[in-house]
Amino acid sequence: MTGTTQDTAAPAHPLISDTTQEFVTFKIAGQFFGIPVLKVQDVLSSYRITRIPLAPPEIMGSLNLRGRVVTAIDMRARLGLPVRSDDGDSMSIVAEHEGELYSLVVDTVGEVLALSTDTFDRNPPTLEPKFRAVSDGIYRLDEQLLVVLDVNRLLDYGHAVAAAN
Amino acid sequence: MDDLLSEFLTETSEGLAVLDVELVQLEQNPNDQELLSNIFRLMHTIKGTCGFLGLPRLESVAHAGENVLGKIREGGLEVSPQAVSLILECLDQIRSILQVLEATEAEPEGEDSDLISRLNVFADGEGADSGSGEVADPFETLDTEAVASEVAEPDAEIAPPAEAVAEEGAAPESPQAEPPQAEPPAAEAAPAPAPTPEKKPTPAAKPAPKGEAKEGGDSAVANQSIRVNVELLENLMTMVSELVLTRNQLLQILRGQKDSEFAVPLQRLNHVVSELQEGVMKTRMQPIGNAWAKLPRIIRDLSIELDKKIDLVMKGAETELDRQVLELIKDPLTHMVRNSADHGLETTAGRIEAGKPEIGKVILDAYHEGGHIIIRIADDGRGLPIDVIKNKVIANGLATEAELETMTEQQIQRFIFKAGFSTAAAVTSVSGRGVGMDVVRTNIEKIGGTIELTSVEGKGTTFIIKIPLTLAIVSALIVECAGDRFAIPQLSVLELVRASAHSENTIERINGTPVLRLRNRLLPLVNLQDLMKLSTPSALEVPEAVSDAEATTDVATVSEERRDSTDGFIVVSQVGSYTFGIIVDRVFDTEEIVVKPVARILRDNQMFSGNTILGDGSVVMILDPNGIASATGEVELAEENSDAVNDRHAARGEETVAMLVFRIADNSPKAVPLALVARLEEIELEKVEISNGQHVVQYRGQLMPLVLMEGASELKTEGRQPVLVFTDRERTMGLVVDEIVDIVEDRLNVELTSKEVGYVGSAVINGHATDVVDVAHYLTLAFNDWFGADANDTFGEEESSRLLLVDDSPFFRNLLQPLLSVAGYEVTCSASASEALQRCENGEKFDVIISDIEMPGMSGFEFAEAVKNDPRWSSVPMVALSSFATQKDLDRGRAVGFIDYVAKSDREALLGALHEALADIRGAA
Repeated sequence: MTGTTQDTAAPAHPLISDTTQEFVTFKIAGQFFGIPVLKVQDVLSSYRITRIPLAPPEIMGSLNLRGRVVTAIDMRARLGLPVRSDDGDSMSIVAEHEGELYSLVVDTVGEVLALSTDTFDRNPPTLEPKFRAVSDGIYRLDEQLLVVLDVNRLLDYGHAVAAAN
Repeated sequence: MDDLLSEFLTETSEGLAVLDVELVQLEQNPNDQELLSNIFRLMHTIKGTCGFLGLPRLESVAHAGENVLGKIREGGLEVSPQAVSLILECLDQIRSILQVLEATEAEPEGEDSDLISRLNVFADGEGADSGSGEVADPFETLDTEAVASEVAEPDAEIAPPAEAVAEEGAAPESPQAEPPQAEPPAAEAAPAPAPTPEKKPTPAAKPAPKGEAKEGGDSAVANQSIRVNVELLENLMTMVSELVLTRNQLLQILRGQKDSEFAVPLQRLNHVVSELQEGVMKTRMQPIGNAWAKLPRIIRDLSIELDKKIDLVMKGAETELDRQVLELIKDPLTHMVRNSADHGLETTAGRIEAGKPEIGKVILDAYHEGGHIIIRIADDGRGLPIDVIKNKVIANGLATEAELETMTEQQIQRFIFKAGFSTAAAVTSVSGRGVGMDVVRTNIEKIGGTIELTSVEGKGTTFIIKIPLTLAIVSALIVECAGDRFAIPQLSVLELVRASAHSENTIERINGTPVLRLRNRLLPLVNLQDLMKLSTPSALEVPEAVSDAEATTDVATVSEERRDSTDGFIVVSQVGSYTFGIIVDRVFDTEEIVVKPVARILRDNQMFSGNTILGDGSVVMILDPNGIASATGEVELAEENSDAVNDRHAARGEETVAMLVFRIADNSPKAVPLALVARLEEIELEKVEISNGQHVVQYRGQLMPLVLMEGASELKTEGRQPVLVFTDRERTMGLVVDEIVDIVEDRLNVELTSKEVGYVGSAVINGHATDVVDVAHYLTLAFNDWFGADANDTFGEEESSRLLLVDDSPFFRNLLQPLLSVAGYEVTCSASASEALQRCENGEKFDVIISDIEMPGMSGFEFAEAVKNDPRWSSVPMVALSSFATQKDLDRGRAVGFIDYVAKSDREALLGALHEALADIRGAA
């Protein structure tokens, strides 16, 4: 029993060590983002969303994920990015926050990457405040930069908005 | 079996099991004080509960055991194996008694004096320092308990010896064998056998035969019920709810297919799920009697405190409902029963006088009716006094006299559900504070229930509460608006009306506001699309959000046409006594839905009570009729009266007045306080006649004089003309206007005093300079004697003195308020003396008080006395205002502290008196 566990575990996580972390990567308006894989419950391709009247603009609506009501957040609106011009399908990443499920609607979801902390950098202080507020830091990949999003801060903006007011 | 008893059995068995384990632990760790305390506490609990339930035999055994434990705890005794076995023996005895108790619901016959005495001797003998007082204690208990039990079940006392003899022969010489002397021997007997060592087997032998069947000593009842975490049940319930929804979904699919091979298994699944749902629901069900348990005690205390004879009849206590609902109605129910006993029932003397039986009845009745629980709370007391309510309604400004006249008795009675409303003349410690029925109503409506009342004066009052069986699954009507579907809880839906231009139900508009004529009533309508700020689906930003392409195009055309069209479905909803219609595009089925809370981000929105997943798997929002009602008009009086008093105080001078804005020929807007206007009518000009040089029209069986405003064009001879109708007592007057513009809630701040006759001045209303019409001027034009005098002069008091006007007649309040504001006073109005005194309580300050004399409740004279006796207000000058001013009144007024006495009609005198009063103050200061 113990042997099999090791056998299956070993090849599955060859890269996990103290210095690497796995991220689900996705793109919004051309920018590369990542969320720690353990935070992600599900990845959905286009899904039927019921819009919610009188809700804040970044709330796209709610959807039914296996009997649970999930609130869909338009990440472009959340991050202050322009409304998507092309009509391509969007995808979403489902994450839990304080017992409630949220679906982060993004342009495309990419692969899961294991990234070494060697390539990690803190947020440049010049980063736009709206980004800095939800970003944990930056990974320097070969071709591009990956912004790590903090799900808690991302979904806790109700408090942030309240505080700002 | 009695619930209390079975609960006791469960609990005690659990306690005993713990004791067994812990005693053994204690034996191993004699110095564990915490363990010892816990053991002692458990034993103590068992003893206490036995005493509470009237189980003397158990109690005495437990007491003796506790006694030993107490000694050990105090350090008087060592934890020795002997002590532990003795206590364990004591536990076994308790257990064996419990077994019989469980089987027969009565304590077994027999007694345990031997065990008790051994326990006592043990406690006493080895803990010698404690002295005889300790020993006496158990016997005393035993004694009194024995007496008690003799009263309760006399034959039990006679039987034990016989049993003792029959079961073992070792006892003949024991004092137990002298039974007929009943209880005293029990006490006497106890010490005697103690020293006799060979008696020891007795207690062990006695229970054995009875206990044999259930070797192991565990109670059967205890085994049959387990304690389960509520959370687990809730989770189970949620899962079952989901299962039900999935089943519904499957059945829906099945309906669309003929001859499916799934039909039979689905049918079975259907049954199984239904039963499962029912079973799980049952786990949450509790008899409503649980919420009533305290009531007999409360009623008993009340009857003593109030000196009334009250009989509380409780029916249907076994009616079960969801524990969540039960928790929520517990307090409202208690409150209502208190109310019935305190307000509802007359005093004993009052009842005799009214020819009723001396003992008043409060009946509490619960039963099931079509998925709901109906709770009826009835009393045969004095009923709700309509006149008192009417006065109070007017005094509190909840409605005008004119409005009241158009109401049915039941509508008037419903005012008791408004905040700050208590008909009890005096505040007792029980009720009369005027908080209560509104809270009751709010709580019941919160769980989707309704409350109705019927009352016959002199006969009694009956409240009927209707609440859903469970909150987890509710029946909801699914509607569609602008392509989105919503659920409306069925409980608040009264009916559905299909409106179209060609049917008799047509949506009409008043200045764009939709209304519907429904069976001789005007039903206010709310357009869901406007309310939700829904765009038509074609304008949707998110293509995925569209639910159903076919429906979308269909709806798009409908909603484009609909903006000003008269078609649509109207969901007639009721919130409390407020009925209104919600305009939607389509109405689907009703569905059973599971209410799920909305995400935290959306929780501020009052319009939704939650969301749910429908049978087809889509998410819909559940509309909250309460939220819609308060967002669209129905002013929550609850806030207005209680909290707002303070707010109003804080924002002094910010009080808003509803003004009716209209136009006459010269087009500049005019306004009158809305409260002055009794009705708005349209008269047919053909019907206008001339009488005595005046335009009159026949109106409600009377001649109503029509008055044209200064600067208005002459009356035309045909067509229709809007008229503002003013009514005071028997008299009615119509003020002819050209157009009614709007009703505006604004603070009335008359800024320019008008020199023109017929206006009190100009105010900025809704951003426009508006002439405020002096209604009094026109009233006197219509009836010369409407007011005694006809003075239009106003005093230009420069200083803004704070003035409190106390008058029960809304008419005069509304008449005087603009007048006095014009004169430079900051006017605050109170509809009754008590309301005015409340302002005093709130720390508000005024420079002068004007008070009416004839008021319901506290008269002006009493009010003045109260003011003069209150140090906070005693120095405020008071001016009396009255319709009649005789010399006697004047004298009495002076005696209680009014500095002046002015006839209501004499405004000049009033302003003069105020001027003088304030001058006096300034002179003095």
